[in-house]
Amino acid sequence: MGKNLTGKTAFIVGVLLIFCYGIVGIPKGGLKESITRRINLGLDLKGGTHLVLEVHVNEAVASAVDRDAARLSTDLQTAGISGATAARSDASRQQTIIVSGIPADKISDARSVFNGVNYSAYDVASGGDGTQTLTMKQSAATDLATRTVDTSIETIRERIDKLGVAEPVIQKYGLGENQILVELPGLDDPARVEDIIQSTAKLEIHAVTGGPYASDQDAMQANNGIIPADSILLKGAATAGSPDQVWLLKRVSEVEGTDFRDAQPSTDQNGRPNITFTLTTEAGDRFYKYTSEHSATSASPGSMAIVLDNKVREVAGIQSAIRDRGEITGGFTKQQAADLSLMLRTGALPASISFLETRTVGPSLGAASIRQGVFAAIAGMAAVMIFMLIYYRGAGINADLALVLNLVILLGFMGFTGSTLTLPGIAGVILTIGMGVDSNVLIFERIREELRAGKSSAIAVQQGFAHAWITIIDTHVTTIVSALILFLFGTGPVRGFAVTLAFGLLANLFTAVFVSRVIFDSHLKGKERGAALSI
Amino acid sequence: MELFRSTNIDWLGKKWYFLGFSLIFSVAGVLSMLFWHGIPKGVDFTGGTQIRVSFESAPDENHIRAAMAQGGVHNATIQRVSDPSGHAANKVIISLPISSATDQAHDAGRMAVETALANNYKDSKATVEQVEIVGPTAGKQLQKQAMLATLYSLIGMLIYLWFRFELIYGVAAVVAVFHDTLITIGAFSLTNKEITLTVIAAILTLIGYSMNDTIVIFDRIRENLASSRRDTLGDVVNRSINQTLSRTVLTSGLTFLTVLSLYLFGGEVLHGFSFALVIGILIGTYSSIAVASPMLVAYQEWRTKHGKVATLPAGRNART
Repeated sequence: MGKNLTGKTAFIVGVLLIFCYGIVGIPKGGLKESITRRINLGLDLKGGTHLVLEVHVNEAVASAVDRDAARLSTDLQTAGISGATAARSDASRQQTIIVSGIPADKISDARSVFNGVNYSAYDVASGGDGTQTLTMKQSAATDLATRTVDTSIETIRERIDKLGVAEPVIQKYGLGENQILVELPGLDDPARVEDIIQSTAKLEIHAVTGGPYASDQDAMQANNGIIPADSILLKGAATAGSPDQVWLLKRVSEVEGTDFRDAQPSTDQNGRPNITFTLTTEAGDRFYKYTSEHSATSASPGSMAIVLDNKVREVAGIQSAIRDRGEITGGFTKQQAADLSLMLRTGALPASISFLETRTVGPSLGAASIRQGVFAAIAGMAAVMIFMLIYYRGAGINADLALVLNLVILLGFMGFTGSTLTLPGIAGVILTIGMGVDSNVLIFERIREELRAGKSSAIAVQQGFAHAWITIIDTHVTTIVSALILFLFGTGPVRGFAVTLAFGLLANLFTAVFVSRVIFDSHLKGKERGAALSI
Repeated sequence: MELFRSTNIDWLGKKWYFLGFSLIFSVAGVLSMLFWHGIPKGVDFTGGTQIRVSFESAPDENHIRAAMAQGGVHNATIQRVSDPSGHAANKVIISLPISSATDQAHDAGRMAVETALANNYKDSKATVEQVEIVGPTAGKQLQKQAMLATLYSLIGMLIYLWFRFELIYGVAAVVAVFHDTLITIGAFSLTNKEITLTVIAAILTLIGYSMNDTIVIFDRIRENLASSRRDTLGDVVNRSINQTLSRTVLTSGLTFLTVLSLYLFGGEVLHGFSFALVIGILIGTYSSIAVASPMLVAYQEWRTKHGKVATLPAGRNART
């Protein structure tokens, strides 16, 4: 027994040291800094901004289908099926392309185009009078949605990194597939962040096919009441003093977000803030080909529109062929030009975003919450520990040691696993302390019962533990089961509670049952059989 | 030192008093939920905007209201923050209902309030300490998830107790926990305190605590049933409660001490949270003795009346 006891004691000391390391790491600076470096505090405790946003993935699906429809029109012409047009069905059916005007004898030719590798994501069905319907497969749409959210996360991360926020959290969130959680510690002015995150900064260059018109109605009239399937009407960005203008543009852009390599704020000849952009080599070649075909000196001169977030920023005639550099002018302040070029540099969001939740905790409130919470916890624990000493005398020391060790293990565990301590987490700690005390009380009361029944100290301790053990297991397993379920099905604070609780209860099983027993045994060791127990 | 050396209280004999007590509190809570304050849900669940502002000196609520109206914010509720320790009376919470049915225009209310404050409190500074904006989608989602998670975890506990004891033990324990939750939420309704996500964490804590308390007594009942088959179930239950009484009072008392300290010193942010715990510890302890245990006896009496085996199953894993 003696040797065994030494081994057990060494084991306990080892565990204590390991978890102490978990709490403070290798001490550097004061104790407080060491602890705060290891234990992650939730934003509700340290202050900061918490945002939940939703990515409108449907938009990304719609624009992918738009691009495929435009390519399909070209492919059909190339295959010699003239007169056939392809367009996305309508706003409510984002996943469907309708191909109409296929001559009856060309149906099978058209079918072989549909079966080409470019359209493998679509299911094809025949409609009446020469129309064919291509519907994007659900799996393809889901893939696209997932990629859209992933790209959004990447883009948001780049934007936030450029803002210089330390240790932001940016991840998928919740049970839905299209939500993102953004946590920015220490940042308590979310207005600019929201702005920077939310701006899609989708920059595109479209060919202009008509306009400007004074209104949508005017544009319709000028085009005999029909907007061609390959075109869209877009408004000009409202700038002070100038009336709204509407332009008719090619639906599919010549240059889009991913084609931009760089964007920098600069000033134009007149010293007004503007943005200079550079295209990637591949896009530059494409753009060169397009602009040389449509420059003022060519056979079909044209103009192009710079479109930012679906608003026409500028329209300019194509003077000469352009390869890879251009600029956007018009009505920016210096701050706007800087923010906008940041967004262009980090790439456009693939779809627009809306905010579901914004929570901001000022650093002073967070600090006050910690101070008060910690004070309350220490006061509560001190009261409990003093009471245990008075009520159980010698055995009270066991309980107090177990309680402290329990807290060390719980915090150390959180340090090791990088879990976050939040206000609901503190609730978990309280329940853990409560159940830790309870385990000790259960054991001690049993030992007292056995002593009253006239058993010797050693037997009473052994019997007390044996009886209480079953109850302790039952109460702990029940609560751990519920903590696991809460972790699986809960989100946010409910999860924080569950994690702390589960860790705490595991620590509890170890301290209340094993450690406390070892202390009793070492106390009784070497005493004569009739020795009294201080309990 | 020892409390309750050898108590011999006839707990089951008082079951009608208990039933009356439980009924009064549950019914009062339910009536308040139905006809008075409803379930006062915080911004976490209803959606909307909540802004916590601290002023350098105690502000005049009418002045704040006027400032808001001037800034075009007409539907704000202004509420002075109460703190159990009596401090921090210079803080208010400004709440705005959800601004539109969509998740757009998320920030408009906050901006308007901040501008109005900045314009009207230049000298006696107003500091925005905390802002919570929850859109309608998120609010519904959070509410649903919190409820489902709680429900599933109750089912999980029920199944574990069924496996370790017998179904009736699990049912009795879950009924007791449900009773506690109902009364606690009732207390929030009666005092018109908002239920937030942190309060939900507190309610989960009380569920865990009350369950723990009930299992300790059930465990003793199971043990006593296995060793003394000649006594009536009522005697066994009474004896078990009395045997564990000093443990019950001690544990509850000590946990109550911790929670009370949190309520008194934990600051106003923890107010709702610690309030739920204070009520929860008291009611959770009570229900283990007064609700869960009598249910076992009532169940056995029902079985006897219907001609089934009279003895309550002691549970598969009972030790002899």
